[in-house]
Amino acid sequence: MADPVIGACGLTRRFGNVAALDALDLAVGPGEAVALFGPNGAGKTTLLRLLATLLRPTAGELRLFGRAVADEGAAVRHRIGLLSHHSFLYPDLTPTENLDFYARMFGTPGRAARVREVLDRVGLVGWAHRPVRTLSRGLEQRCALARALLHEPELLLLDEPFTGLDVDAAGMLSDLLRQAHAGGTTLLLVTHDLWRGFELCTRAVVLVRGRLVRDAPIGESTRDEFERTYVGALHAGGSSGPATGG
Amino acid sequence: MFALLRKDLQIEFRTKETLSSLFLLGLLTLLVLSFAFDPTSDLRGEAAPGALWVAVIFAGVLGLNRSFLAERDNECLQGLLLCPVDRGTIYLAKVVANFLFMLAAQVVIVPVFVFFFNVPASLGLVGVFLTIAIGLLGFSAVGTLFAAIAVRTRAREVMLPLLLLPLVVPLFIAGVKVTGRLLPAKPLGDMAPWLHLMVGFDVVFLVVGWLVFEYAVEE
Repeated sequence: MADPVIGACGLTRRFGNVAALDALDLAVGPGEAVALFGPNGAGKTTLLRLLATLLRPTAGELRLFGRAVADEGAAVRHRIGLLSHHSFLYPDLTPTENLDFYARMFGTPGRAARVREVLDRVGLVGWAHRPVRTLSRGLEQRCALARALLHEPELLLLDEPFTGLDVDAAGMLSDLLRQAHAGGTTLLLVTHDLWRGFELCTRAVVLVRGRLVRDAPIGESTRDEFERTYVGALHAGGSSGPATGG
Repeated sequence: MFALLRKDLQIEFRTKETLSSLFLLGLLTLLVLSFAFDPTSDLRGEAAPGALWVAVIFAGVLGLNRSFLAERDNECLQGLLLCPVDRGTIYLAKVVANFLFMLAAQVVIVPVFVFFFNVPASLGLVGVFLTIAIGLLGFSAVGTLFAAIAVRTRAREVMLPLLLLPLVVPLFIAGVKVTGRLLPAKPLGDMAPWLHLMVGFDVVFLVVGWLVFEYAVEE
């Protein structure tokens, strides 16, 4: 049986006395699309940053693709893409130059052809040679998606990727994410937007105060039913602030 | 490492922000200091090495402050940390880029220093340039580490010199001593301990920076 893409066991991350993530257990299999919901301060972004190897856990174990992140961070980063509301693109470089830089960093084979291919896929060929700082928010986010997909990651982490996008740009981003998922990429989408989560994902996980309070396939309930149980979970979990302790 | 270096050079060639700032601050520092001493006084010659190193260090701090600003835009530093490369490699690439920018600035600063301080052109100037290069390597090694820490703080422009300058005092003193000996082209024999100190500083801080950079850029 294939290793889970994400295997978190007792995963805890504290910032001083505040437990942003508190003994979380989570397993995500290959090809799943998981929506991660929760109020502000629930620990969603902390979880994503731990998965992206940008943070170290305070306690617990995190394995990605069956490998311990603590020991093999660089190796697992090859297989992860992160798309957030920040683009990670250098404003003074063009999309082509930015992608060429990241392709070099990831050791992507056939660099120039691959850069052209992803730019074409996100519909950015016409803007390929303009500095990123001159692009609109929607175009920049499409370029950021091209950066995240450049090395063909098996796990795509999405941290509120629709923030600041207009309806058309958000629709195009949804289509591209659906294509990536159809191609076998595992998705973990952090969002406040229940509609987007339901549209793109097959499983919903709810975090409140750093703890997992609900984990169920999306097909089991309608969006309205989920919204009711989600609101109920927020109240039951006490969403007034992050967990604290010594 | 070369991809990172290439990217930093590419951005600098496009914006020219770091080099122009380094040139300007170095020139202004030397200009002001040259007016502080009577042109006919022996004191001017005695103070010349110190003036040169003040210009080098001031310009260097400005360059270091800028080095991680490009990585702050759009949270590019996180993009770098997501790449499957050892974080020590990112540090070394940044050290080399900072070193090259600071060294390039010396191509203008040293001739201007020669002009303002009436330093006789001699082979000793080549030695001075090499001494500055040795000093800048250590300065870049420790400065890159602190710049990575300072860029995440709110008062980063103040924080970097506060952290950095006390630590580079030994390098600064050694540089002034060696330069003071080279300018009148005196034998270097008794300067060996100062040169050893500079080289030792470079090695120690390159190794320390390479080892701890990962923790410096982590939240």
